[in-house]
Amino acid sequence: MADHILAHPGFADPVHDAQSSFRALLQALARPGTLHAVAAPPDPPAPLSPATAAVLLTLVDSDAPVHLAGPFALLAPWVAFHTGSGEAAADGAAFVLADALPEFAALPTGSDEIPEASATVILQVPALKGGPPLILRGPGIETMQEFAPLGLPGDFVARWAANRRLYPRGIDLVLCAGDRIAGLPRSTTVTEWR
Amino acid sequence: MKGYNFAYLDEQTKRMLRRALLKAVAIPGHQIPFGAREMPLPYGWGTGGIQVTASVIGRGDTLKVIDQGADDTTNAVSIRRFFAKTAGVRTTTRTAEATVIQTRHRIPETPLTDAQIIVYQVPQPEPLYKLEPSRTETRRMHALADYGAMHVKLYEQVARYGQIAISYDYPVMVNGRHLMAPSPIPAFDNPKMHRMKALQLFGAGREKRIYAVPPYTEVVSLDFEDYPFRAGRAPHACALCGDTASYLDEVVTDDRGGRMFVCSDTNHCATRRERAA
Repeated sequence: MADHILAHPGFADPVHDAQSSFRALLQALARPGTLHAVAAPPDPPAPLSPATAAVLLTLVDSDAPVHLAGPFALLAPWVAFHTGSGEAAADGAAFVLADALPEFAALPTGSDEIPEASATVILQVPALKGGPPLILRGPGIETMQEFAPLGLPGDFVARWAANRRLYPRGIDLVLCAGDRIAGLPRSTTVTEWR
Repeated sequence: MKGYNFAYLDEQTKRMLRRALLKAVAIPGHQIPFGAREMPLPYGWGTGGIQVTASVIGRGDTLKVIDQGADDTTNAVSIRRFFAKTAGVRTTTRTAEATVIQTRHRIPETPLTDAQIIVYQVPQPEPLYKLEPSRTETRRMHALADYGAMHVKLYEQVARYGQIAISYDYPVMVNGRHLMAPSPIPAFDNPKMHRMKALQLFGAGREKRIYAVPPYTEVVSLDFEDYPFRAGRAPHACALCGDTASYLDEVVTDDRGGRMFVCSDTNHCATRRERAA
Protein backbone atom coordinates (compact mmCIF):
# COMPACT_ATOMS: atom_id res chain seq x y z
CA MET A 1 0.00 0.00 0.00
CA ALA A 2 2.85 2.36 0.84
CA ASP A 3 4.33 1.60 -2.59
CA HIS A 4 1.00 2.46 -4.18
CA ILE A 5 0.88 5.80 -2.37
CA LEU A 6 4.42 6.73 -3.31
CA ALA A 7 4.05 5.55 -6.91
CA HIS A 8 1.39 8.21 -7.43
CA PRO A 9 2.66 11.49 -6.04
CA GLY A 10 0.64 14.62 -5.36
CA PHE A 11 1.19 17.96 -7.08
CA ALA A 12 4.63 18.44 -8.60
CA ASP A 13 4.58 21.95 -7.10
CA PRO A 14 2.11 21.85 -4.18
CA VAL A 15 1.81 25.62 -3.66
CA HIS A 16 1.54 26.84 -7.23
CA ASP A 17 -0.34 23.88 -8.70
CA ALA A 18 -2.95 24.19 -5.94
CA GLN A 19 -3.23 27.92 -6.62
CA SER A 20 -3.63 27.42 -10.33
CA SER A 21 -6.16 24.59 -9.85
CA PHE A 22 -8.09 26.74 -7.40
CA ARG A 23 -8.29 29.57 -9.93
CA ALA A 24 -9.69 27.07 -12.43
CA LEU A 25 -12.27 26.00 -9.82
CA LEU A 26 -13.13 29.60 -8.98
CA GLN A 27 -13.66 30.45 -12.65
CA ALA A 28 -15.58 27.20 -13.23
CA LEU A 29 -18.08 27.99 -10.46
CA ALA A 30 -18.21 31.71 -11.27
CA ARG A 31 -18.92 30.95 -14.95
CA PRO A 32 -21.06 27.81 -14.89
CA GLY A 33 -20.70 25.38 -17.76
CA THR A 34 -17.40 26.76 -19.08
CA LEU A 35 -14.39 24.41 -19.23
CA HIS A 36 -11.14 25.12 -17.39
CA ALA A 37 -7.81 23.28 -17.34
CA VAL A 38 -6.24 22.44 -13.97
CA ALA A 39 -2.60 21.88 -13.02
CA ALA A 40 -2.81 18.12 -12.62
CA PRO A 41 -0.50 15.87 -10.59
CA PRO A 42 1.83 13.87 -12.86
CA ASP A 43 0.49 10.33 -12.39
CA PRO A 44 -2.77 10.05 -10.44
CA PRO A 45 -3.83 6.54 -9.33
CA ALA A 46 -6.60 4.83 -11.32
CA PRO A 47 -9.50 5.44 -11.53
CA LEU A 48 -8.84 9.15 -10.78
CA SER A 49 -8.64 11.42 -13.79
CA PRO A 50 -5.92 14.10 -13.57
CA ALA A 51 -8.57 16.80 -13.06
CA THR A 52 -10.32 14.90 -10.27
CA ALA A 53 -7.02 14.33 -8.49
CA ALA A 54 -6.16 18.03 -8.79
CA VAL A 55 -9.53 19.08 -7.32
CA LEU A 56 -9.05 16.71 -4.36
CA LEU A 57 -5.52 17.93 -3.68
CA THR A 58 -6.64 21.56 -3.93
CA LEU A 59 -9.68 21.50 -1.64
CA VAL A 60 -9.67 18.51 0.67
CA ASP A 61 -7.87 18.38 4.02
CA SER A 62 -8.41 17.37 7.63
CA ASP A 63 -10.99 20.16 8.05
CA ALA A 64 -13.00 19.11 5.01
CA PRO A 65 -13.68 15.37 5.00
CA VAL A 66 -14.39 13.63 1.72
CA HIS A 67 -16.70 10.70 1.02
CA LEU A 68 -15.29 8.35 -1.60
CA ALA A 69 -18.21 6.71 -3.40
CA GLY A 70 -18.20 3.62 -5.65
CA PRO A 71 -14.85 2.69 -7.21
CA PHE A 72 -13.09 5.57 -5.45
CA ALA A 73 -13.42 3.86 -2.04
CA LEU A 74 -10.20 1.96 -2.87
CA LEU A 75 -8.31 5.27 -2.91
CA ALA A 76 -8.83 6.01 0.78
CA PRO A 77 -5.14 5.46 1.73
CA TRP A 78 -3.92 7.67 -1.14
CA VAL A 79 -6.36 10.44 -0.26
CA ALA A 80 -5.52 10.19 3.46
CA PHE A 81 -1.78 10.37 2.77
CA HIS A 82 -1.85 13.25 0.30
CA THR A 83 -4.61 15.42 1.80
CA GLY A 84 -4.79 14.43 5.48
CA SER A 85 -8.53 13.96 5.14
CA GLY A 86 -10.27 11.20 6.98
CA GLU A 87 -13.07 9.38 5.24
CA ALA A 88 -16.57 10.62 5.95
CA ALA A 89 -20.02 9.13 5.58
CA ALA A 90 -21.98 10.66 2.72
CA ASP A 91 -24.31 12.56 5.06
CA GLY A 92 -21.41 14.24 6.89
CA ALA A 93 -19.07 14.98 4.02
CA ALA A 94 -17.89 18.37 2.77
CA PHE A 95 -16.99 16.72 -0.53
CA VAL A 96 -18.39 13.64 -2.22
CA LEU A 97 -16.27 12.02 -4.92
CA ALA A 98 -18.32 9.90 -7.29
CA ASP A 99 -18.49 8.63 -10.87
CA ALA A 100 -22.29 8.44 -10.83
CA LEU A 101 -24.48 11.28 -9.61
CA PRO A 102 -25.43 10.49 -5.97
CA GLU A 103 -28.93 11.01 -4.61
CA PHE A 104 -28.84 14.59 -3.27
CA ALA A 105 -31.25 13.67 -0.46
CA ALA A 106 -28.52 11.53 1.11
CA LEU A 107 -26.08 14.48 1.31
CA PRO A 108 -25.92 17.56 3.53
CA THR A 109 -27.65 20.49 1.81
CA GLY A 110 -27.13 23.06 4.58
CA SER A 111 -29.84 25.00 6.37
CA ASP A 112 -31.57 28.24 5.41
CA GLU A 113 -29.37 30.02 7.97
CA ILE A 114 -26.15 28.20 7.06
CA PRO A 115 -26.62 27.15 3.44
CA GLU A 116 -22.87 26.81 2.95
CA ALA A 117 -22.82 23.74 5.25
CA SER A 118 -23.60 21.62 2.23
CA ALA A 119 -21.71 19.02 0.22
CA THR A 120 -19.87 19.75 -3.01
CA VAL A 121 -20.11 16.77 -5.34
CA ILE A 122 -16.97 16.09 -7.39
CA LEU A 123 -18.31 14.07 -10.28
CA GLN A 124 -15.89 12.32 -12.62
CA VAL A 125 -17.49 11.92 -16.03
CA PRO A 126 -16.18 10.48 -19.35
CA ALA A 127 -16.19 13.89 -21.09
CA LEU A 128 -17.36 17.48 -20.62
CA LYS A 129 -18.42 17.77 -24.27
CA GLY A 130 -20.40 15.65 -26.70
CA GLY A 131 -23.26 14.69 -24.43
CA PRO A 132 -26.90 15.75 -24.60
CA PRO A 133 -26.88 19.55 -24.62
CA LEU A 134 -28.21 21.45 -21.63
CA ILE A 135 -28.95 25.15 -21.34
CA LEU A 136 -27.71 26.94 -18.22
CA ARG A 137 -28.97 30.27 -16.90
CA GLY A 138 -28.25 32.24 -13.75
CA PRO A 139 -25.45 34.13 -11.98
CA GLY A 140 -22.16 33.98 -13.87
CA ILE A 141 -23.87 33.60 -17.25
CA GLU A 142 -24.42 36.58 -19.55
CA THR A 143 -27.54 35.20 -21.26
CA MET A 144 -27.34 31.44 -21.55
CA GLN A 145 -24.59 28.86 -21.64
CA GLU A 146 -24.63 25.55 -23.48
CA PHE A 147 -23.17 22.63 -21.56
CA ALA A 148 -23.11 19.06 -22.83
CA PRO A 149 -21.20 16.70 -20.53
CA LEU A 150 -21.35 12.93 -20.92
CA GLY A 151 -22.19 10.73 -17.96
CA LEU A 152 -25.08 12.56 -16.31
CA PRO A 153 -28.17 10.48 -15.51
CA GLY A 154 -31.19 10.70 -17.84
CA ASP A 155 -33.29 12.42 -15.17
CA PHE A 156 -30.59 15.00 -14.39
CA VAL A 157 -32.67 18.04 -15.32
CA ALA A 158 -35.46 17.04 -12.93
CA ARG A 159 -33.02 16.19 -10.13
CA TRP A 160 -31.18 19.48 -10.58
CA ALA A 161 -34.48 21.39 -10.60
CA ALA A 162 -35.30 19.80 -7.22
CA ASN A 163 -31.89 20.94 -5.96
CA ARG A 164 -32.49 24.42 -7.38
CA ARG A 165 -35.78 24.67 -5.47
CA LEU A 166 -33.88 24.31 -2.17
CA TYR A 167 -32.01 27.58 -2.82
CA PRO A 168 -30.14 29.04 -0.95
CA ARG A 169 -29.64 25.49 0.33
CA GLY A 170 -28.38 22.92 -2.12
CA ILE A 171 -25.58 20.87 -3.59
CA ASP A 172 -22.82 22.35 -5.75
CA LEU A 173 -21.37 20.24 -8.52
CA VAL A 174 -17.86 20.12 -9.99
CA LEU A 175 -17.53 17.91 -13.07
CA CYS A 176 -14.13 16.51 -14.02
CA ALA A 177 -12.88 14.77 -17.15
CA GLY A 178 -9.30 14.43 -18.39
CA ASP A 179 -7.49 17.55 -17.20
CA ARG A 180 -10.55 19.80 -17.37
CA ILE A 181 -13.30 20.81 -15.01
CA ALA A 182 -16.65 22.58 -15.17
CA GLY A 183 -18.82 23.90 -12.36
CA LEU A 184 -22.53 23.83 -11.69
CA PRO A 185 -23.31 25.89 -8.58
CA ARG A 186 -26.72 25.60 -6.91
CA SER A 187 -27.70 29.02 -8.30
CA THR A 188 -27.73 27.72 -11.90
CA THR A 189 -31.00 26.84 -13.63
CA VAL A 190 -30.68 23.92 -16.05
CA THR A 191 -33.06 23.12 -18.89
CA GLU A 192 -32.89 20.73 -21.83
CA TRP A 193 -31.97 22.06 -25.24
CA ARG A 194 -35.05 22.42 -27.43
CA MET B 1 10.78 35.98 0.34
CA LYS B 2 12.54 33.61 2.72
CA GLY B 3 10.78 32.35 5.83
CA TYR B 4 7.27 32.74 4.44
CA ASN B 5 5.05 30.71 2.19
CA PHE B 6 4.07 32.17 -1.19
CA ALA B 7 1.65 35.07 -0.55
CA TYR B 8 2.29 34.92 3.21
CA LEU B 9 -0.54 32.56 4.27
CA ASP B 10 0.09 28.86 4.91
CA GLU B 11 -1.53 26.33 2.58
CA GLN B 12 -4.12 25.05 5.05
CA THR B 13 -5.37 28.60 5.65
CA LYS B 14 -5.56 29.16 1.91
CA ARG B 15 -7.58 25.95 1.47
CA MET B 16 -10.01 27.11 4.16
CA LEU B 17 -10.38 30.48 2.44
CA ARG B 18 -10.67 28.85 -0.98
CA ARG B 19 -13.47 26.52 0.15
CA ALA B 20 -15.30 29.52 1.62
CA LEU B 21 -14.81 31.48 -1.62
CA LEU B 22 -16.29 28.69 -3.74
CA LYS B 23 -19.37 28.52 -1.49
CA ALA B 24 -19.61 32.31 -1.60
CA VAL B 25 -19.63 32.22 -5.40
CA ALA B 26 -22.33 29.51 -5.35
CA ILE B 27 -24.59 31.64 -3.10
CA PRO B 28 -24.18 35.21 -4.40
CA GLY B 29 -24.39 37.85 -1.67
CA HIS B 30 -24.51 35.37 1.22
CA GLN B 31 -21.87 35.90 3.93
CA ILE B 32 -19.67 32.88 4.74
CA PRO B 33 -17.80 32.85 8.07
CA PHE B 34 -14.09 32.06 7.86
CA GLY B 35 -11.19 31.83 10.30
CA ALA B 36 -9.51 35.19 9.72
CA ARG B 37 -5.82 35.08 10.58
CA GLU B 38 -3.64 37.59 12.33
CA MET B 39 -2.04 39.64 9.58
CA PRO B 40 1.01 41.91 9.78
CA LEU B 41 -1.19 45.01 9.74
CA PRO B 42 -4.09 46.03 11.94
CA TYR B 43 -7.78 45.35 11.45
CA GLY B 44 -9.31 48.17 9.48
CA TRP B 45 -6.40 48.24 7.04
CA GLY B 46 -7.79 45.63 4.72
CA THR B 47 -6.92 42.34 6.41
CA GLY B 48 -10.01 40.66 4.93
CA GLY B 49 -9.19 41.80 1.42
CA ILE B 50 -5.56 40.80 1.84
CA GLN B 51 -6.48 37.28 2.95
CA VAL B 52 -8.82 36.88 -0.02
CA THR B 53 -6.17 38.21 -2.40
CA ALA B 54 -3.53 35.92 -0.85
CA SER B 55 -5.67 32.85 -1.41
CA VAL B 56 -6.49 33.81 -5.01
CA ILE B 57 -3.29 35.33 -6.38
CA GLY B 58 -0.72 33.38 -8.42
CA ARG B 59 2.70 33.97 -9.95
CA GLY B 60 1.21 35.04 -13.28
CA ASP B 61 -1.04 37.72 -11.82
CA THR B 62 -0.63 41.48 -11.98
CA LEU B 63 -1.95 43.25 -8.91
CA LYS B 64 -3.41 46.73 -8.58
CA VAL B 65 -4.38 48.11 -5.17
CA ILE B 66 -6.46 51.25 -4.67
CA ASP B 67 -7.59 53.14 -1.61
CA GLN B 68 -10.54 55.47 -2.28
CA GLY B 69 -9.60 55.31 -5.95
CA ALA B 70 -5.96 56.29 -5.39
CA ASP B 71 -2.96 54.05 -6.11
CA ASP B 72 -0.58 56.25 -4.12
CA THR B 73 -2.05 56.40 -0.62
CA THR B 74 -0.45 54.64 2.36
CA ASN B 75 -2.85 51.71 2.50
CA ALA B 76 -2.64 51.00 -1.24
CA VAL B 77 1.14 51.34 -1.36
CA SER B 78 1.76 49.10 1.63
CA ILE B 79 -0.58 46.34 0.44
CA ARG B 80 0.94 46.45 -3.04
CA ARG B 81 4.42 46.18 -1.52
CA PHE B 82 3.27 43.37 0.76
CA PHE B 83 2.34 41.20 -2.22
CA ALA B 84 5.32 42.27 -4.30
CA LYS B 85 7.47 41.06 -1.41
CA THR B 86 5.64 37.92 -0.23
CA ALA B 87 4.39 36.67 -3.60
CA GLY B 88 6.80 38.33 -6.03
CA VAL B 89 3.91 39.29 -8.29
CA ARG B 90 3.96 42.12 -10.79
CA THR B 91 2.10 45.23 -9.68
CA THR B 92 0.58 48.02 -11.68
CA THR B 93 -1.42 51.19 -11.26
CA ARG B 94 -3.12 50.79 -14.64
CA THR B 95 -6.59 49.29 -14.29
CA ALA B 96 -6.52 47.62 -17.70
CA GLU B 97 -3.22 45.82 -16.99
CA ALA B 98 -4.31 44.28 -13.69
CA THR B 99 -5.66 40.73 -13.33
CA VAL B 100 -6.45 41.14 -9.63
CA ILE B 101 -7.56 44.49 -8.19
CA GLN B 102 -7.83 44.94 -4.45
CA THR B 103 -9.86 47.96 -3.50
CA ARG B 104 -10.84 49.99 -0.50
CA HIS B 105 -14.08 51.85 -1.13
CA ARG B 106 -14.06 52.47 -4.90
CA ILE B 107 -14.65 50.66 -8.18
CA PRO B 108 -12.33 51.91 -10.95
CA GLU B 109 -13.89 54.15 -13.61
CA THR B 110 -12.48 51.93 -16.40
CA PRO B 111 -15.00 49.10 -16.91
CA LEU B 112 -13.60 45.78 -15.68
CA THR B 113 -13.31 42.76 -17.98
CA ASP B 114 -14.07 39.07 -17.59
CA ALA B 115 -10.33 38.41 -17.20
CA GLN B 116 -10.24 40.40 -13.94
CA ILE B 117 -11.09 39.76 -10.30
CA ILE B 118 -11.89 42.63 -7.94
CA VAL B 119 -11.38 42.12 -4.19
CA TYR B 120 -13.16 44.54 -1.85
CA GLN B 121 -11.97 45.37 1.66
CA VAL B 122 -15.04 45.30 3.87
CA PRO B 123 -15.29 46.83 7.36
CA GLN B 124 -18.89 45.74 8.10
CA PRO B 125 -20.26 42.90 5.95
CA GLU B 126 -23.69 42.83 7.59
CA PRO B 127 -26.04 45.31 5.86
CA LEU B 128 -28.56 44.94 8.69
CA TYR B 129 -26.03 45.60 11.45
CA LYS B 130 -27.22 49.11 12.31
CA LEU B 131 -30.83 47.90 12.43
CA GLU B 132 -30.24 44.65 14.28
CA PRO B 133 -26.95 44.20 16.14
CA SER B 134 -27.48 40.50 16.91
CA ARG B 135 -25.80 38.16 14.42
CA THR B 136 -28.18 35.39 15.39
CA GLU B 137 -31.11 37.62 14.42
CA THR B 138 -29.62 38.93 11.19
CA ARG B 139 -28.74 35.39 10.09
CA ARG B 140 -32.39 34.45 10.55
CA MET B 141 -33.49 37.57 8.66
CA HIS B 142 -31.27 36.56 5.73
CA ALA B 143 -32.60 32.99 5.92
CA LEU B 144 -36.17 34.28 5.65
CA ALA B 145 -35.25 37.09 3.22
CA ASP B 146 -36.92 39.32 5.81
CA TYR B 147 -35.65 42.70 4.70
CA GLY B 148 -38.62 44.84 5.69
CA ALA B 149 -36.58 46.67 8.32
CA MET B 150 -34.23 48.02 5.66
CA HIS B 151 -37.14 49.31 3.60
CA VAL B 152 -38.52 50.99 6.71
CA LYS B 153 -35.15 52.66 7.23
CA LEU B 154 -35.19 53.98 3.66
CA TYR B 155 -38.81 55.09 4.08
CA GLU B 156 -37.96 56.97 7.27
CA GLN B 157 -35.22 58.81 5.40
CA VAL B 158 -37.66 59.80 2.68
CA ALA B 159 -40.11 61.00 5.34
CA ARG B 160 -37.42 62.95 7.19
CA TYR B 161 -35.13 64.23 4.43
CA GLY B 162 -37.33 63.97 1.35
CA GLN B 163 -34.89 61.49 -0.21
CA ILE B 164 -32.95 58.34 0.51
CA ALA B 165 -29.96 59.86 2.27
CA ILE B 166 -27.33 57.11 1.99
CA SER B 167 -24.25 58.25 0.11
CA TYR B 168 -22.00 55.19 0.59
CA ASP B 169 -22.39 51.50 1.53
CA TYR B 170 -25.82 51.75 -0.09
CA PRO B 171 -27.58 48.37 0.40
CA VAL B 172 -28.12 46.14 -2.64
CA MET B 173 -30.14 43.02 -3.43
CA VAL B 174 -28.02 40.37 -5.10
CA ASN B 175 -29.51 37.79 -7.48
CA GLY B 176 -32.95 38.81 -6.19
CA ARG B 177 -32.35 36.96 -2.93
CA HIS B 178 -29.67 38.26 -0.55
CA LEU B 179 -29.37 41.77 0.87
CA MET B 180 -25.70 42.73 0.69
CA ALA B 181 -23.40 45.50 1.89
CA PRO B 182 -21.43 46.67 -1.16
CA SER B 183 -18.68 47.87 1.24
CA PRO B 184 -18.35 51.65 1.70
CA ILE B 185 -18.10 52.44 -1.99
CA PRO B 186 -20.00 55.59 -2.96
CA ALA B 187 -23.56 54.94 -4.15
CA PHE B 188 -22.19 56.34 -7.44
CA ASP B 189 -20.36 53.01 -7.92
CA ASN B 190 -23.34 50.75 -7.16
CA PRO B 191 -24.54 50.56 -10.78
CA LYS B 192 -21.10 49.28 -11.81
CA MET B 193 -21.68 46.14 -9.70
CA HIS B 194 -24.80 45.23 -11.66
CA ARG B 195 -23.98 42.51 -14.21
CA MET B 196 -20.27 43.36 -13.93
CA LYS B 197 -18.10 41.20 -16.20
CA ALA B 198 -15.45 40.68 -13.51
CA LEU B 199 -15.80 38.35 -10.53
CA GLN B 200 -16.33 40.36 -7.32
CA LEU B 201 -14.98 39.00 -4.01
CA PHE B 202 -15.44 40.60 -0.59
CA GLY B 203 -13.33 40.04 2.54
CA ALA B 204 -14.05 41.33 6.06
CA GLY B 205 -11.12 40.47 8.35
CA ARG B 206 -12.29 41.72 11.71
CA GLU B 207 -15.83 40.44 11.13
CA LYS B 208 -14.48 37.21 9.59
CA ARG B 209 -16.85 37.03 6.65
CA ILE B 210 -16.40 36.37 2.93
CA TYR B 211 -18.95 36.91 0.19
CA ALA B 212 -19.01 37.14 -3.58
CA VAL B 213 -20.89 38.29 -6.64
CA PRO B 214 -20.27 36.20 -9.78
CA PRO B 215 -20.07 37.91 -13.20
CA TYR B 216 -23.32 39.06 -14.86
CA THR B 217 -25.24 38.84 -11.58
CA GLU B 218 -28.17 41.15 -10.83
CA VAL B 219 -27.16 43.73 -8.22
CA VAL B 220 -30.01 46.14 -7.53
CA SER B 221 -29.81 49.14 -5.19
CA LEU B 222 -32.85 49.26 -2.90
CA ASP B 223 -35.32 52.03 -3.66
CA PHE B 224 -38.98 52.87 -4.13
CA GLU B 225 -40.95 53.34 -7.37
CA ASP B 226 -41.58 57.00 -6.53
CA TYR B 227 -38.14 57.52 -4.99
CA PRO B 228 -35.84 55.71 -7.42
CA PHE B 229 -32.15 55.11 -6.67
CA ARG B 230 -29.93 57.92 -7.92
CA ALA B 231 -26.16 57.78 -8.17
CA GLY B 232 -24.91 61.18 -7.06
CA ARG B 233 -21.64 62.97 -7.79
CA ALA B 234 -20.40 66.48 -7.09
CA PRO B 235 -21.74 68.76 -9.88
CA HIS B 236 -18.31 69.84 -11.10
CA ALA B 237 -15.67 68.96 -13.66
CA CYS B 238 -12.36 67.48 -12.48
CA ALA B 239 -9.93 70.38 -11.95
CA LEU B 240 -7.07 68.31 -13.42
CA CYS B 241 -8.52 66.38 -16.36
CA GLY B 242 -11.88 68.08 -16.86
CA ASP B 243 -13.95 64.89 -16.64
CA THR B 244 -17.62 65.66 -15.98
CA ALA B 245 -18.69 62.04 -15.48
CA SER B 246 -16.16 60.57 -13.01
CA TYR B 247 -16.54 60.44 -9.23
CA LEU B 248 -14.85 63.46 -7.61
CA ASP B 249 -13.01 64.08 -4.35
CA GLU B 250 -13.28 67.50 -2.76
CA VAL B 251 -9.82 68.73 -1.77
CA VAL B 252 -9.42 71.65 0.62
CA THR B 253 -6.51 73.77 -0.63
CA ASP B 254 -6.10 76.49 2.00
CA ASP B 255 -7.66 77.82 5.21
CA ARG B 256 -9.71 80.51 3.44
CA GLY B 257 -12.37 78.29 1.93
CA GLY B 258 -10.39 77.37 -1.18
CA ARG B 259 -11.22 73.98 -2.63
CA MET B 260 -10.98 71.95 -5.78
CA PHE B 261 -12.68 68.87 -7.14
CA VAL B 262 -10.51 66.13 -8.66
CA CYS B 263 -11.09 62.59 -9.89
CA SER B 264 -11.03 60.08 -7.06
CA ASP B 265 -9.67 57.45 -9.49
CA THR B 266 -6.06 58.63 -9.91
CA ASN B 267 -5.25 56.23 -12.75
CA HIS B 268 -8.34 57.33 -14.68
CA CYS B 269 -7.38 60.98 -14.23
CA ALA B 270 -3.71 60.46 -15.19
CA THR B 271 -4.66 58.45 -18.28
CA ARG B 272 -7.00 61.20 -19.45
CA ARG B 273 -4.31 63.84 -18.95
CA GLU B 274 -1.74 61.72 -20.83
CA ARG B 275 -4.12 61.40 -23.75
CA ALA B 276 -4.85 65.12 -23.77
CA ALA B 277 -1.15 66.07 -23.66
